[in-house]
Amino acid sequence: MRELDDKVREVFPIIKNNDIAYLDNGATTQKPECVLNAVKKYYNEENANPMRGIYELSVAATDAYENAREAAAEFINAGDASEIVFTRNASESVNLIAYSYGMSQVNEGDEIIVSTAEHHSNLLPWKHVAEVKKAKVVFYDPEPAGEFDIDKLSALLSDKTKIVAITQVSNVIGRINDIKAISKLVHEKGAVLVVDGAQAIAHIRVNVKDLGADFYVFSGHKMYAPMGIGVMYGRKELLEKMPPFLFGGEMIESVTKERTTYAEVPHKFEAGTVNVGGAVGLHAAMDFIKQYGFEQIVARENMLTSVALDGMREMPYVDIIGGDMVCNHHGIVAFRVEGVHPHDVAQVFADAGVCVRAGHHCAEPLHRYLAQFAGTRINSSTRMSIAMYNTVSEVERFLDVLSSIRGLMGL
Amino acid sequence: MSSTLYNEIINEHNLRPYHKQKLENANYTLEGVNPSCGDEITLELFIEDGIIKDAAYEGSGCAISQASADIMAEMVIGKTLDEATHLSNLFLKMIKEGVSEEELEELDEAGILQSVSHMPARVKCAVLGWRTMKELIEPLKDNN
Ligand SMILES: Cc1ncc(COP(=O)(O)O)c(C=O)c1O
Repeated sequence: MRELDDKVREVFPIIKNNDIAYLDNGATTQKPECVLNAVKKYYNEENANPMRGIYELSVAATDAYENAREAAAEFINAGDASEIVFTRNASESVNLIAYSYGMSQVNEGDEIIVSTAEHHSNLLPWKHVAEVKKAKVVFYDPEPAGEFDIDKLSALLSDKTKIVAITQVSNVIGRINDIKAISKLVHEKGAVLVVDGAQAIAHIRVNVKDLGADFYVFSGHKMYAPMGIGVMYGRKELLEKMPPFLFGGEMIESVTKERTTYAEVPHKFEAGTVNVGGAVGLHAAMDFIKQYGFEQIVARENMLTSVALDGMREMPYVDIIGGDMVCNHHGIVAFRVEGVHPHDVAQVFADAGVCVRAGHHCAEPLHRYLAQFAGTRINSSTRMSIAMYNTVSEVERFLDVLSSIRGLMGL
Repeated sequence: MSSTLYNEIINEHNLRPYHKQKLENANYTLEGVNPSCGDEITLELFIEDGIIKDAAYEGSGCAISQASADIMAEMVIGKTLDEATHLSNLFLKMIKEGVSEEELEELDEAGILQSVSHMPARVKCAVLGWRTMKELIEPLKDNN
């Protein structure tokens, strides 16, 4: 186990070479050298079209890809590597589930329950399925402070419910949802549970079996891996009965003019030449995280979050979305500054070299929902989000700028 | 690095706008939205004999969108539709590709938003009012 302290910054070139405070990790994380080197090594030494050639290089490429699948399965405690389907990102993973499982299992009059806190990526595919299949999307609202009341889910679930889609950690409020309790209820009704792990995967240990998730999705780029590689975990029994989503090379067993037999899972869902370089990068990123371990990562990110929250609590004109308790944030702190529009807030931060995000963070329904309690018309916010390489001095720099914003805006 | 965008003029127009109100005698109204930030304005004009006799707007959004709309309203009052269109084109040109010294002078107070041209994320905020006005008056000119 490697000790996690400020020295970790040394292995992140962008972090090391720029005088910025990068606090937009919820959008994407920076990449450590070991990930960049692994990708480079793959292309330098092992690149060939995997699965196709019988020569040595192609075997090496296939091995590199399948080893990454094994690593991903182990990382989230899937039962078997064949339950890991590589995609481009979390969005594509949800689309795969929606088009394949959703379109084949949801019928007219059925219901899909989606939490109001979802990123558009875990909402729009379900709205589309509902539209096409004449089914209904039912919204599961959080309480004003951001937590979900499990009894309200019980009330929404019925024999019509086919799918429940919810995020593990919200990308706006940072709140973690009790997926284990939710999955129990969902399974009692015979529905399946789709969990969006995009904001959880780099910040807490994920165990899909323990959670009881039928599907679990995430993106590599939010966990120190390259962009363009993501994961769709699905329980094997479900994957086996699902039709393919994309059609083409590599996803068939045999094709005649009349008949096509599809390949086994997971290859059935991976049409065309796959992203081996990305998978290799993801593998290296998972190894990187494991070198430090989630115990240290959680402790460091919570420490940094608490420095941020302590400072923000002192500023009465700052409204923290989702309350000021560290345990509810998972490194994500969205907020509003009284009298200043979130885009102006982010602009002032940008001008001071602090990278934060403004907008509705692809969660418009949640912002509209929360705005009604906050008594504001502004349905957006500014968000700072922490990763394992951030430091106390960066958070202090963030707080310094935050305390200056109203003055700069003439207030 | 220091903040160059939020100077006193922008802040003043944002916090204490001169033309952010309902225009009782408005005869033309158009809503403009900037979907990327959620800025929205409703532009109201009182136009008579081809001249903008009065202008006002209501809405909510970032300081850039609101201050830009306020500056615009101030500038176009008393202008003919052709003159207003010309100013709007100049403003959009300033943001999109840049303008000459003289053109910048012509833009008067609106010229302080010049630096937005280097900020792709803020362009839509700055041009919201101007784009909306142009859309509103374009069809009117054809009728004349
Ligand atoms: C909770 C959540 N779900 C899904 C996504 C979509 O991820 P991607 O854009 O990588 O598909 C994001 C990232 O923005 C997210 O925060």
